[in-house]
Amino acid sequence: MAIPLQAPDIGIARRRSRPGERVIVGLLALCGLLSVLVTVGIVLVLAGEAARFFAKVPIVDFLTGTRWAPSGGRVDAGEFGVLPLINGSLMIAAGSLLVGLPLGLATAVYLSEYAPARVRGIVKPVLEILAGIPTVVVGFFALNFITPSLLRPVFGEGRVFIFNAAAGAIAVGLMILPVIASISEDAMRAVPNALREAAFGMGASRRVVALRVVMPAALSGITASVILGVSRAVGETMAVTIAAGNTPRLTTNFFESIQTLTAYIAQTVSGEAAAGSTRYQSLFAVGATLFVITLGMNLLSIRLVRRFRQAYQ
Amino acid sequence: MTAVALPIAARLRRGASRSRLGLLLDAVFSSGLFVGTFLGVLALGLLLWTVYDRGWERLASDPSGFFANFVSRFPARAGIKAALYGTAWLMGLTALFSFPIGVGAAVYLEEFAPRNRLTSFVEANIANLAGVPSVVYGILGLGVFVRFMRMGPSLLAGGLTLALMSLPLIIIAARESLRAVPVSIRLAAYALGATKWQAVRHHVLPAAMPGTMTGVILSLSRAIGETAPLIVIGAAVSIFNTPDDVRDPFSALPVLIFNWTSRPQPAFAEAAAAAGIVLLAMLLAMNTVAIFLRKRFATRW
Repeated sequence: MAIPLQAPDIGIARRRSRPGERVIVGLLALCGLLSVLVTVGIVLVLAGEAARFFAKVPIVDFLTGTRWAPSGGRVDAGEFGVLPLINGSLMIAAGSLLVGLPLGLATAVYLSEYAPARVRGIVKPVLEILAGIPTVVVGFFALNFITPSLLRPVFGEGRVFIFNAAAGAIAVGLMILPVIASISEDAMRAVPNALREAAFGMGASRRVVALRVVMPAALSGITASVILGVSRAVGETMAVTIAAGNTPRLTTNFFESIQTLTAYIAQTVSGEAAAGSTRYQSLFAVGATLFVITLGMNLLSIRLVRRFRQAYQ
Repeated sequence: MTAVALPIAARLRRGASRSRLGLLLDAVFSSGLFVGTFLGVLALGLLLWTVYDRGWERLASDPSGFFANFVSRFPARAGIKAALYGTAWLMGLTALFSFPIGVGAAVYLEEFAPRNRLTSFVEANIANLAGVPSVVYGILGLGVFVRFMRMGPSLLAGGLTLALMSLPLIIIAARESLRAVPVSIRLAAYALGATKWQAVRHHVLPAAMPGTMTGVILSLSRAIGETAPLIVIGAAVSIFNTPDDVRDPFSALPVLIFNWTSRPQPAFAEAAAAAGIVLLAMLLAMNTVAIFLRKRFATRW
């Protein structure tokens, strides 16, 4: 807890500040308020253009439509049903969890309950490096290794498309692994040793202590890490744009090409949609959808993390 | 705690199961954990190896050409000069904007802000901003800097966008290192008659600087590797001169890697991998500096 480290209140400091200091503090406060402005900016930009978009495309059609087919070129028309894109994002999120959750959780339990200090000293920096690899490089890896050297030999050339959801999902899974591992590990290490000792005292094995004592006690932190991981996966852009393709479709086949919300944004912008066109405005509608989804998950995960921080202090 | 020798406990291994089945499950569980951890490390190894394997020959066969040429539609003649300059400019601009504002915000929130609802709103807001996808920052940059302020797809717009994106991380890192400076330092300054600002300016901030710099460099290295926001604001690939003004259009290494990766010719994939090696080397250098700062200058209280 930060309380004992916090500076004591103004009473102790010399009360009268020197001339000019108020200006300085005011400037510092402005720096802090700028972050609020950023949020306001995001909301205004997204809402402004999205409103113009929804004036042309009814919001119900947008949210329930099953075909996403914005016309290219000069014709300002097309079908704007966002479900195929949401489906793509959810496939990536689910698939990446399938990879990132078991590996991340295993890493967290291993680091927190089993690993000797020396191994921790190696694995933690490795995870930090993995977390810091630029997403475009991970995308390159997915397209040039995961699909041709992993998925195609295992599942067959004919079944696996060059661009496929599975490769994107595995790549994103590798990206959320460090997120899940580090937050879950924090939560497990926050579980007081007394609980472990009590269980050992009753004759429990390390496995039982990890599964029945530590993990339940750290559950809110683990949940938070998973939600944050999903939110990252939904917001991930480059790896899925490169490896998972750009074909919006309502499918459950992981070996087909799909398109996510983020990939649509990246693709449309690099395609130079003319400002004012429905296609250009759809960018902001999709961005707003993405923002709302990730914001909801982030709020939930922040709340959960706060709970495990408080639980044992 | 003093250990009391228990005769029964002495015969049992602490943390092991008591039954045969339990012992088997113990072994399965712990090896499962080890394999899971190892797979993550293996994936990183495979990734680095793939990039090295695909790109090293291209990079090593003609390094001066690769660094000194501009892009070309012939993969053998394509180079990264404009992208390298663009990335260097972006790094400078991002640092210029995000460092003072981020540290200023951290100092305010940690040292001066009254404990009220506005402050906790600002704090919650920063935590949320840290989780906003980078592509959304790109849309913000497109709407505000590129279109509304009419900067166009310029270096300035790119630097400002990346700066806004890295702000939350910098604020969080700076606050943590400010919090690690003990109260006694502040009290000592007050006892000598310092005002609050003097104590912060001359004692707390310098003591927190190494930790802050580490956080700043790490967030910068994240920003430099970002592709999505730059694509959204309109970073180009076909740039045939180096920028000499912040109003110039620009290219950047990750954007170039994306473009080359998306082309069908294998030779461009090799060029993309070679550029990837350069980018990874830059990030590695920045991280090394950050860790060095943390180790060398960190004060132990």
